[in-house]
Amino acid sequence: MARTLINAPTTAKRGEVIEIRATIAHPMETGFRPGEDGKVLARNIIRRFSCHYNGELVFSAELFAAVAANPYLAFHTVATESGTLALTWEGDNGFSQTENHTLVVTP
Amino acid sequence: MSQVEVKSHSALPRLEYSLARRKVLAGLAGVGAWTVLCTAAAAEASGELLAAVTAYTGGALTKVGKVRLNIAELVDNGNVVPLTVTVDNPMTPGDHVKTIAVFNEKNPQRDVFKSSLGPRYGKASVSTRIRLATSQKIIAVAQLSDGTYWSHTVEVIVTLAACIEGEA
Repeated sequence: MARTLINAPTTAKRGEVIEIRATIAHPMETGFRPGEDGKVLARNIIRRFSCHYNGELVFSAELFAAVAANPYLAFHTVATESGTLALTWEGDNGFSQTENHTLVVTP
Repeated sequence: MSQVEVKSHSALPRLEYSLARRKVLAGLAGVGAWTVLCTAAAAEASGELLAAVTAYTGGALTKVGKVRLNIAELVDNGNVVPLTVTVDNPMTPGDHVKTIAVFNEKNPQRDVFKSSLGPRYGKASVSTRIRLATSQKIIAVAQLSDGTYWSHTVEVIVTLAACIEGEA
């Protein structure tokens, strides 16, 4: 399991726009870079990120080799109801990780 | 007395020098602003970059405006370059931003990221950190719910390049 860091409010007023900032420890090896033996290192990147809010997709992104190591994404959503934000990273070599963030919405 | 004279003599040329430098710097800043205006006005995408954008939009016309790509114009370290794309558009079910994508001109691959937003997104803004192999143009493209595409191009200067050892 890669280390993740999710920075988002735990409480929000209904209708408020919240910012979610997420990063994951990942080398994002581009597949264009030679290693110590001179051979090009195999690509190993996160290809897709998605965020589901109580099961509904609110944001998704396709990432490419040009995204820096330990990919960071900051995005927004409207706080509508209390529940969980499920953040999923998927990538090469069958990489898949989901982290949940609980959000309490006050009226 | 003589010491005071020496001080005033040495201070004068220094002042002139700094004024001259200020003028040069101001001139450079002016040139920089002019370049930004020109690139914004002409959406100077060409070659592979234009092909990548056209493939993304499906041949639809990309207009300049609405989108704001916020990235440092002088990048010290190409390995980690923060950028923010903001679209000047409301996020309502009837009128919202559907996608935001970023393309580069001179990295080994044209795509940087392609994101999809929903009407529940709230505020049309995405931030991330990217790699830049060399000084080049970066273009942000956004698709609105009415099907139109908008873009903003920024030319950046990179001093320390990412993946330079990969260009063997």
